[in-house]
Amino acid sequence: MQVLPRLNAIQDFAIVIVLHRKSGEDTTLEELLALKTVIPVQDVEDKTPLEPGYIYIAPSDYHLLFEKDKTLSLDISEKINYSRPSIDVAFESAADIYGEGLTAILLSGANSDGTNGVIAIKQAGGTVIIQDPETADMAYMPKSAINNMTADHIFDVKQIIEFINSI
Amino acid sequence: MIDERELDVLINDVYEYYGFDFSGYSHASLKRRVDRVYQMDGFTHFSDFLSKVRSEPEYFKRMVEEITVNVTEMFRDPMFYKVLRNDILPVIGTKPFIRIWHAGCATGEEVYSMAILLKEANLLHKSLLYATDINSIVLNTAKNGVFPLRMMKQYSENYMASGGKKDFSDYYTANYGLAKFGGDLSEKMVFSQHNLVSDRSFNEFDLILCRNVLIYFDKDLQERALNLFDDSLGKLGYLALGTKETIKFSHLHSRYQQFNKEKIWKKIK
Repeated sequence: MQVLPRLNAIQDFAIVIVLHRKSGEDTTLEELLALKTVIPVQDVEDKTPLEPGYIYIAPSDYHLLFEKDKTLSLDISEKINYSRPSIDVAFESAADIYGEGLTAILLSGANSDGTNGVIAIKQAGGTVIIQDPETADMAYMPKSAINNMTADHIFDVKQIIEFINSI
Repeated sequence: MIDERELDVLINDVYEYYGFDFSGYSHASLKRRVDRVYQMDGFTHFSDFLSKVRSEPEYFKRMVEEITVNVTEMFRDPMFYKVLRNDILPVIGTKPFIRIWHAGCATGEEVYSMAILLKEANLLHKSLLYATDINSIVLNTAKNGVFPLRMMKQYSENYMASGGKKDFSDYYTANYGLAKFGGDLSEKMVFSQHNLVSDRSFNEFDLILCRNVLIYFDKDLQERALNLFDDSLGKLGYLALGTKETIKFSHLHSRYQQFNKEKIWKKIK
């Protein structure tokens, strides 16, 4: 919520956001985030193509996966780390397809979802940024990741914004 | 973890040895599911896994059952059932006889939910619910109509959120941690194995539900399935998909009219 408003329009890449969210049928989260950023937010349905210049938000109650043909696909199997969408599932799938072309940013959160995901991304040659736990509302998630792997960068919010704007 | 190439080899071999065609399945989710069985059964070398699948039909069967299993719940997405109850069933209800197809019914929770809806609308007596799935194990569970008792609290909440006014527990009897749903519901159900990849249309329906099954198919296979549904729907029949599924990428979408923003489409041409 702090990062999005300060991001400039993007050109060559897409941003995919995976949030632990309550299951429910409204799209108020998408609408809310769309209001806060100049980058257009695209609705995600099964097989929505990923296009550079947009933000995509993982829908509630589905896992988000990435396909070779640059589309997003959905999966409704059991929760992973009590979460659906699970960050691990999305990160692992993205690592598989994008490898080095992938940059992942792990932010504040209440469980260890995401740790296995960033490990997979690092193994696939991608870049991993973790929010400095000192600056996070919920330090558990970034801390868990830091304890289990070596991130490329550990940034506070300001540095995260600068990094994305410089891509 | 298996890689893309290994997955392709597996898909190929499974087709060659058993005639099951998984080539149209979405690779990302298929890979996840195969990985899960692979790890669960303790394989470390892909060649061992492949060899077992090839040479042991029993193991192949188990693998298919594990990778085609779908998680479902009663009155999942209560708003969807609310629309069914208030807007769709009253229209279908004017027909002398109602046929509904639950394609990919898994363990049957959706079918029992529909039966309850029909009963409350006083339509169950003139309805027949066809429930199909590729997986015979889940079909057996569905036939029995027995679900874990601990799920009933969630299902009851879903039921109420969908507009249900009765006491949900009236629909089942509880015993040894299990909830068995009434025979008055299951006697209106027909269960059968059916493969959306390879099988054809077998009847004409007023309403077809295929919720969160197409997400496991790639676009081409989705198109095939949608054509199959189109062949199986009478004029003015309804097709219902999962909340994040769509027919907009399909060439048939011009002949269907979406109901508000719901993932329910009426066949108009």
